[in-house]
Amino acid sequence: MADKKLMKGNEAFAEAAIRAGCDAYFGYPITPQSEVMEYLAAQQPHLRTGMVLLQAESEVAAINMVYGAAGTGKKVMTSSSSPGISLKQEGISYLAGSQLPCLILNVMRGGPGLGTIQPSQSDYFQATKGGGHGDYRMIVLAPASVQEMADFVKLGFELAFKYRNPVMMLSDGIIGQMMEKVEMFEQMPRATEFDQRWVTTGKTPDRERNVITSLDLDPARHERHNQKLQAKYQLMRENEVRFETIACDDAEYLFVAYGSSARICQKSVKLAREKGIKAGLLRPITLFPFPYDEIDRLTKQLKGILTVELSAGQMIEDVKLATEGRVKVALHNRMGGMVPSPEEVLDALITHFSI
Amino acid sequence: MYMEAYNKILEEIIREENLVYKKTALMTDKPLSYCPGCGHGVAHRVIMEVIDEMGIQAETIGVAPVGCSVLAYEFMNIDMQQASHGRAPAVATGIKRCWPEKYVFTYQGDGDLAAIGTAETIHACNRGENIAIFFINNGIYGMTGGQMAPTTLPGMRSSTTPYGRDVALMGNPLKMTELVAMLPGTYFVARHSVHTPLAVRKFKKAARMAFENQKLKKGVSFIEVVSNCNSGWKMTPNDANKWMEANMFPFFPPGDIKINGEMVAKAEKSE
Amino acid sequence: MNEEIIIAGFGGQGVLSMGKILAYGGMMQQMEVSWMPSYGPEMRGGTANVTVILSDERISSPILNRFDTAIILNQQSMDKFESCVKPGGVLIYDPNGITREPQRKDINIYRVEAASEASKMVTSKTFNMIVLGAYLKIKPVISIENILQGLKDSLPARHHHLIPVNEDAIKRGMEIVTTVETHGYASPS
Repeated sequence: MADKKLMKGNEAFAEAAIRAGCDAYFGYPITPQSEVMEYLAAQQPHLRTGMVLLQAESEVAAINMVYGAAGTGKKVMTSSSSPGISLKQEGISYLAGSQLPCLILNVMRGGPGLGTIQPSQSDYFQATKGGGHGDYRMIVLAPASVQEMADFVKLGFELAFKYRNPVMMLSDGIIGQMMEKVEMFEQMPRATEFDQRWVTTGKTPDRERNVITSLDLDPARHERHNQKLQAKYQLMRENEVRFETIACDDAEYLFVAYGSSARICQKSVKLAREKGIKAGLLRPITLFPFPYDEIDRLTKQLKGILTVELSAGQMIEDVKLATEGRVKVALHNRMGGMVPSPEEVLDALITHFSI
Repeated sequence: MYMEAYNKILEEIIREENLVYKKTALMTDKPLSYCPGCGHGVAHRVIMEVIDEMGIQAETIGVAPVGCSVLAYEFMNIDMQQASHGRAPAVATGIKRCWPEKYVFTYQGDGDLAAIGTAETIHACNRGENIAIFFINNGIYGMTGGQMAPTTLPGMRSSTTPYGRDVALMGNPLKMTELVAMLPGTYFVARHSVHTPLAVRKFKKAARMAFENQKLKKGVSFIEVVSNCNSGWKMTPNDANKWMEANMFPFFPPGDIKINGEMVAKAEKSE
Repeated sequence: MNEEIIIAGFGGQGVLSMGKILAYGGMMQQMEVSWMPSYGPEMRGGTANVTVILSDERISSPILNRFDTAIILNQQSMDKFESCVKPGGVLIYDPNGITREPQRKDINIYRVEAASEASKMVTSKTFNMIVLGAYLKIKPVISIENILQGLKDSLPARHHHLIPVNEDAIKRGMEIVTTVETHGYASPS
């Protein structure tokens, strides 16, 4: 109980960063995620663990500070919200191309443009299909609770270093701003040894110089580099798919939703069951890699799938890829910062499938 | 018989006391990709000599920009990171904040540092990051084929100012070095060149100071190197150097601007 | 037990912190809790509301449009949330600034003159604690001990000397809450 706290998602993320032994955070304020840096500043992480905290002059500078620090083998992170994440895309592409580990949090708000500060899930394509230029992928974790905002920091760093690749936590204004009970993991030590095969900490006589770069002007060699990256992404697809199923065993209708939408659908499942409708929920936890196989497996028993998203319908494309037209896939969505109620979602299910 | 005599002569000549030039130890064997007559090669060599002489190779991390020196890491035999366009001071900040005892420098051209990277430059300088910034200013975008740079002189021709830079339309050249000298976070600010042996010696002294200053943790050392771009300027190397002295130096005068955190009075400026 | 509450009023009335104290209290009582605020410019003066869920089970949606209890502290919130109370649910309101009294006949309605009472107390900042007292009187889902413990945990130590004042306010709220309309809900008074 001692370590059970009531925290906002953004605060839990920040506390978890300190506890995960994060070496540095570089950020720039933007609603609805400013609590991350505010919480860190109040905690004085340089005194707690020696962690570096720096408010950069822009999101662009922040992601490039992440790049520099990550290139030395340090555990580094940044966070922002949709417009700021757009600004970071170039840096993320460089991080992926240079194979650097780091953790990036996007507390999504509605767009396009300056949009709204209210919650949204309209950066799904950006997060899962590339975002920046070039063929790259990030592992994308979608927390659906304050507890996961903390736990996925630890998991995110593990995956980032396992694959030497950026990992994104794709959250939204609801998960970032809400408070829930959270049980914090114990303080982990900061790393003291760094993989001398690739880090730039100074060339010592016992090794060749290390260079962090994404540039190669020789197309044949650069194609091989791309093939190597793609092989790495394939390994992620084979080993890192994560999801949760609720009431799926006998389900005839399936909600597919992630993050805050999944929380809403959880209640819709309950309301459906009260009406005798056999509904279940599949919640992708990793959006890349996406749980195609599990949806494929469930398709055989289903009469219909409703994807629920705070976007014009982005994840639905992956759901359709998984079902390959064997079952009707419909969409219930809200946009621009609006959020559906559990009743509204259930009504949509009933309407779409004439239940 | 002949070979023996030949080898004997070689042995007599190749001796330490006869050595007048040797390859810089911290330059790689890769042939430089810069145009003949370009200042980049000399500037690279000087910086590597300083790191070698200080014995800090194992503690130094360099940051290469986007521009002609995008491949600087191919030539400098130290750990390096290649930054995205303009962001080298942010990348260097990330490294230095995590490794405050290491030596960190950026090597940037005028487009990189003074156009797309202005914000990162100003803010790294204003925060007083304990890094060295080497700013190679040749008044043009060399790598992309000679377009106007933020430092292109009034009236100067480039591929995007084919009739000369009209400041009324295209704005004024930016004196970045004077600008950063105004900021409290800079400790040492100077402008040099590498077109004569004397200039090279002066630049080397300044470069050494830029690395020594990192131990003091007093802020940024910022050294501009006014250089030529004979390809972009469409001149022979010799003519380019002459043109640089006649036209670039009046606008970008070499000399110390700020030493030990104090502005150098104009009258004291030699050169 | 599953209690779904909306608290709505003006920014600055202590709506969010009242919800926070409820959530802390629920946590002290070993419940699952969630606290979902409206956020943004509202925090600085416009209308503000917060959804608090107290439950014995894992909480599903933190966003709701039907509530067991609505605590309403201005007219805009009355217009918006009166209709969102589940039939048989509870609506508690402060008549101060209310131009249109609640109309529903299928819910239980209570009044607490918290603003007027707060002006008589040591500090008018106890307004939200008077409202909280009224709520706890009608729905004693959390014990006073746990609420006070929650208050202690949610306040920085430098404000702990204010806890007795807040406790008084909670008790005052319990005393002054009055019944306007009952429909199916027997409050323990």
